[in-house]
Amino acid sequence: MHMADALISPAVGGVMWAASAGLIGYCSKKVRKTLDDRRIPLMGVLGAFIFAAQMINFSIPGTGSSGHLGGGMILAILLGSHAGFLTMASVLMVQALFFAGGGLLALGCNLFTLGFFPCFIACPLIYRKLAGDSPGVVRISASAMAACVISLQLGAFFVVLQTFLSGRSELPFGTFLLLMQPIHLAIGVVEGFATAAVVTFVWKARPETIHRAPAGEDRPPVSRRTVLAVLLVAALIGGVGSWFASTRPDGLEWAMFKTSDGRELPVPEGGIHSSLAGLQEKTSLLPGYGFRSRIGAASDEAEAAWPAVDTGTTVSGLAGCVLTLASITLAAFVLRYWRRVAAARHNPGGTQ
Amino acid sequence: MSHHIIEATDLHFVYPDGTRALNGVSFRITHGESVAIVGANGAGKSTLLLHFNGCLMPTGGSLRVGDYPVTRETVGQIRRSVGVVFQDSDDQLFMPTVFDDVAFGPLNMGLPPDEVEKRVASALATVGSSHLAARPPYRLSEGEKKAVAIASVLSMAPAIMVMDEPSSNLDQHARRALINLLRTFEHTKVIATHDLDLAADLCERVIVLDEGSVAADDSVRNVFGNRDLLARCHLEMPLGMQRCPICSGGRSDAVDRSPGRE
Amino acid sequence: MSHHDTRTLGYLDRLSELDTPVHRTDSRAKLFTTLVFVVTVVSFGKYEISALIPFLLYPVVLAALGNLPLNYLAGRIAVVAPFAVLVAVFNPILDREPMLVLGGLRLSGGWVSFISIVLRFVLTVGAALILLATTGMNRVCHALEKMGVPRVFTGQLLFLYRYLFTLAEETVRMTRAISVRTAGRSNVPVRAYGSAAGHLLLRTLDRAQRVYAAMCCRGFDGHIRTMRTERIRSTDILFVSGWSALFVLMRLHNVPRILGRLFMEAIQ
Repeated sequence: MHMADALISPAVGGVMWAASAGLIGYCSKKVRKTLDDRRIPLMGVLGAFIFAAQMINFSIPGTGSSGHLGGGMILAILLGSHAGFLTMASVLMVQALFFAGGGLLALGCNLFTLGFFPCFIACPLIYRKLAGDSPGVVRISASAMAACVISLQLGAFFVVLQTFLSGRSELPFGTFLLLMQPIHLAIGVVEGFATAAVVTFVWKARPETIHRAPAGEDRPPVSRRTVLAVLLVAALIGGVGSWFASTRPDGLEWAMFKTSDGRELPVPEGGIHSSLAGLQEKTSLLPGYGFRSRIGAASDEAEAAWPAVDTGTTVSGLAGCVLTLASITLAAFVLRYWRRVAAARHNPGGTQ
Repeated sequence: MSHHIIEATDLHFVYPDGTRALNGVSFRITHGESVAIVGANGAGKSTLLLHFNGCLMPTGGSLRVGDYPVTRETVGQIRRSVGVVFQDSDDQLFMPTVFDDVAFGPLNMGLPPDEVEKRVASALATVGSSHLAARPPYRLSEGEKKAVAIASVLSMAPAIMVMDEPSSNLDQHARRALINLLRTFEHTKVIATHDLDLAADLCERVIVLDEGSVAADDSVRNVFGNRDLLARCHLEMPLGMQRCPICSGGRSDAVDRSPGRE
Repeated sequence: MSHHDTRTLGYLDRLSELDTPVHRTDSRAKLFTTLVFVVTVVSFGKYEISALIPFLLYPVVLAALGNLPLNYLAGRIAVVAPFAVLVAVFNPILDREPMLVLGGLRLSGGWVSFISIVLRFVLTVGAALILLATTGMNRVCHALEKMGVPRVFTGQLLFLYRYLFTLAEETVRMTRAISVRTAGRSNVPVRAYGSAAGHLLLRTLDRAQRVYAAMCCRGFDGHIRTMRTERIRSTDILFVSGWSALFVLMRLHNVPRILGRLFMEAIQ
């Protein structure tokens, strides 16, 4: 459930980046303060383990499909919340850079859904509470399963929320939610199974690894109140931010649409009015959010993006696109040729 | 020079899980010696090596390295004079590039940048790996990794070199190159190994460990010539000393001189 | 991560060792420019297509100057598209209001926004891949550190990357051993999964311990020190300011529309 750059707006991406950056800073400080040096290689190597473990697929009986370990929960269990979150953050960063899992702007969103929920909510508040101090195999399995399912449900909800607030997708909030939650229930069960299997195996083989909660992790790393406050603030910022975004450029049009009986008020051609509107449209970093059901006039929004319907402008727009593409392709060929010539001069006789 | 000695007196070590790895080991290794530590799997070789620079602390008895007893307080001093080459080079080469790895030790010693650079260059030149400086370690061959791992220790200019299974995972060619390289070192050398031919090639003295105790501590000829002792400690005479008709040179490097081999 | 991904990893890693003007550009400069690029691209309205097209210039020029195989990058982008495309594919279904008329073809708003999402996806993912293929993970980490990301984080990011290759190899050996005994099926039977992944975890923990011992042997005291002398040169400043200015310009002016208008005027 990696969020992608293409689906989010800068406002949502920015808020989540800020939240995640703050969390990374906070966790780094904590890790540096409370933990021994031993943890530094341990965190990195465990991060690599998550990738390696994802190469081991098990077949899910009766379905013909396969599952593997997700990662966040097992890192939280083995390393504790702070170190676990940092490690998950680096796993996601490598995924974003190499496997384009999401993207750079969406990294903040993904850190939050796949790092924050397992490490700061599900593991301390569910897994550790349920598993307790002297767990058995059954209890460990059940706790890991519950924690995985809940953290994925929370994560899925957040993905839907972020998508909705970004307004790039046409899916209504409720429908998308109904699609995502059951899918992630299934994914959560599979991940819960994988996590439980690994944790119980290690618990049987080397109980001290699992049993001893990492230093300073006896209590939940942050109080429940703080967690709630963080969530609330994130929701508020996201909500208010996108409300602003949806009302400022479009709300005006919506009002006009209402008052002028479905037709936009005639705006004088040129003049200060249109240039102001143009400026606003150009400088807006929170452009055209699509609460279409509320705004109700698709073509109004489209106006700015692509002067539509009039065939003349459409042809000119198409021609422009083709010309742009052609120039970029030409630039690529010229640059390649130039590089080859430069390389040949630099290294005569050698193959490029 | 007294700071090149290693002296163990009734050394004991018990792992946290209760495994008794060392049961009263005593020996004295003096300046410039090359000593092989041999023994079957689980005889306590690696555990002993980890004591030499304070990665493990004795749970009984004492260990002196140079002028210092091995304690938590002296660990810093001891690590400057003892360099350890680990069995798995992947454990030793943890930095992003070969250069960073070889520079890791000198930088931790607080040396100025130009001195660090000088040391890295000379260490890499010694092991013949100057061309690898910019490469990431995960893209080296096993032989190259081993050479770089040795360079990463050399750059700290230790007085004593401790090596755990230096020839494991190496092909014949890389193994021979390693032996030739180690011959040129004038450090005090302690080599734990299963490769008895390598031990016979490089060392004058052999300490045989068996179940955490010293079973023998003598010259190469005396130890490897003693079939009963070797059998008791689950070891076999080095091929090079078996005087077999095929490798008739009587020395282990006869294998490499035979036609068709590099 | 699949076995195919490990190959990708190795390939991108190798590409990052090329020596071209783009590779030589300071890592911070490239990281910053990439971020500006992504934010600018994402900031366009949901029905924007034409104004996004000129942004292809950045990945294309960098790939050309950096000797990167464009078709390989394109293939990678196509492989990783699922989530974005899966969500976007609902747009044409849900939004059927006609928006564009191309000759006799009526394009609904949903299709326009779908194309827009796919275009954004190609641009943002392409930019990230190119950043990596011309800079390499180590220098990206270094840039992050220089830009204020805590060392605890960048340090373990480097460790992760370093041991990714080693552990991947170990895992390949292990899954091969399992598939030999399960009649060649590529998936591990459910019963065996816990012990397979668990063994891998235990081995990983052991390795972490050995790595730590090796670090201590060479005087590790909690700080990882490196010697890096990447200095920002005037060309780096030019790189950042030039591209950023271009992005802003392309954000403010719809290049294809202007070109199209000029073209129409020319032929009339």
